[in-house]
Amino acid sequence: MTTVAVIDYGMGNLRSVCKAIEHVAPTVTVKLVTDAEGMRSADRIVFPGQGAIAGCVSALTRQGLLDALEDVVHNKPFLGICLGLQALYESSEEGGGTRGLGILPGVVKRFPDDMKDAVTGERLKVPHMGWNQVHQVNDHPLWAGIPQDSRFYFVHSYFADTSDRSYVAGITEYQLRFTSAAAHENIFAVQFHPEKSQHVGLKLLENFVNWDGSVQSRV
Amino acid sequence: MSLAKRIIPCLDVDNGRVVKGVQFVDIRDAGDPVEVARRYDEQGADEITFLDITASSDDRDTIVHVVEDVASQVFIPLTVGGGIRTVDDVRRMLNAGADKVAINTAAVFNPEFVKEAADHFGSQCIVVAIDAKQVANGENPRWEIFTHGGRKPTGIDAIEWAKKMADYGAGEILLTSMDRDGTRDGFDLALTRAICEAVPIPVIASGGVGNLDHLAKGVTEGHADAVLAASIFHFGEYTVGEAKEYMKQHNIEVRQDA
Repeated sequence: MTTVAVIDYGMGNLRSVCKAIEHVAPTVTVKLVTDAEGMRSADRIVFPGQGAIAGCVSALTRQGLLDALEDVVHNKPFLGICLGLQALYESSEEGGGTRGLGILPGVVKRFPDDMKDAVTGERLKVPHMGWNQVHQVNDHPLWAGIPQDSRFYFVHSYFADTSDRSYVAGITEYQLRFTSAAAHENIFAVQFHPEKSQHVGLKLLENFVNWDGSVQSRV
Repeated sequence: MSLAKRIIPCLDVDNGRVVKGVQFVDIRDAGDPVEVARRYDEQGADEITFLDITASSDDRDTIVHVVEDVASQVFIPLTVGGGIRTVDDVRRMLNAGADKVAINTAAVFNPEFVKEAADHFGSQCIVVAIDAKQVANGENPRWEIFTHGGRKPTGIDAIEWAKKMADYGAGEILLTSMDRDGTRDGFDLALTRAICEAVPIPVIASGGVGNLDHLAKGVTEGHADAVLAASIFHFGEYTVGEAKEYMKQHNIEVRQDA
């Protein structure tokens, strides 16, 4: 029986993530894990997160999860969600500069305050909140069955900026273009919330539960 | 490629039942918030908001169970408002499966509570609900915050209040015109536009929707990021899908993947 560990480090509501995975994969065991052993014994890992990144990193440190996280991130199918994507980069501007896990190349920046819609001239709000399109830039197994440019639900004020496109799986435009999905070997990470993105979000979670962690493209 | 404007059906829930507009549904399902939420989800609602209007605090647990039930079946963002007064109230709703909570009266009486809640849980889940009423017309229109369902003035300027709440960490504003609420005459577009232009965070327009054109005008003229309506959906006059089709015809970006 497959076990999916959802890392619980005290940041926000994890119930939705668990319920969504249970919904698409009734036969898998979904459990919240708060310790390294729970992570190491699971078959696949979901790293969710909301709120502030400094709080996230210090909570992981406090719970002694950093070593285990750096371990499993290299050898099990791994899905980062929202802050769980941002934390994988080298650093974030948030909180006056916070060091990330450095697993993906790039930095996390805040959306500028003075963004305007190119067509209407209206002010673009921060947080970037609502349903925006994700342009799939590769043929990753987690995109299987999800139409190109589908809309997913976002809520965030910071975004991942990377110059190395080989780590990018999806991009989204909100005045500027940012990495809305990142992929590297057994890691897939999304800025949006699949657990709140209705059909396409549930499809992505289903794909994750069925993913062997390799990056062979679908046929 | 751009961010879609959101359509948000709102359910007023009293002691576990939807209390507005239940005439059109089967008696079996009448007023069951879980059933109604599922239907809106199927129609393509972008989010769903529950306002708990239960009078007795003894019965407040009911809404928690409603949210739990909905959140295990409906996978779009859920907001819960009504009676949110403490950090514990926020935590209880988030743990039940809500993605955001709307704070209204408690913010007016204790603005620091908004700060506290945003620090604790992050701005992304803190919506400040503003009930505003026009107090001056003409060249220099003015709106004030009212409490107790629009009966009690506070003397607080609505625009200044919205800015302050954004500074205090609100992630979004749910703006209701108490002059228009229940009238079906359309949003107060001047108020909506004034607030939308004043704050850096998204604004949901609410109060007064009677037809699909009202929804579209909330976006094109009010500049709202999202539009909220209750009765036009509850009474079965329009589906959320029809509302989106109408908005699309008026060159408004909407999500139609569903």
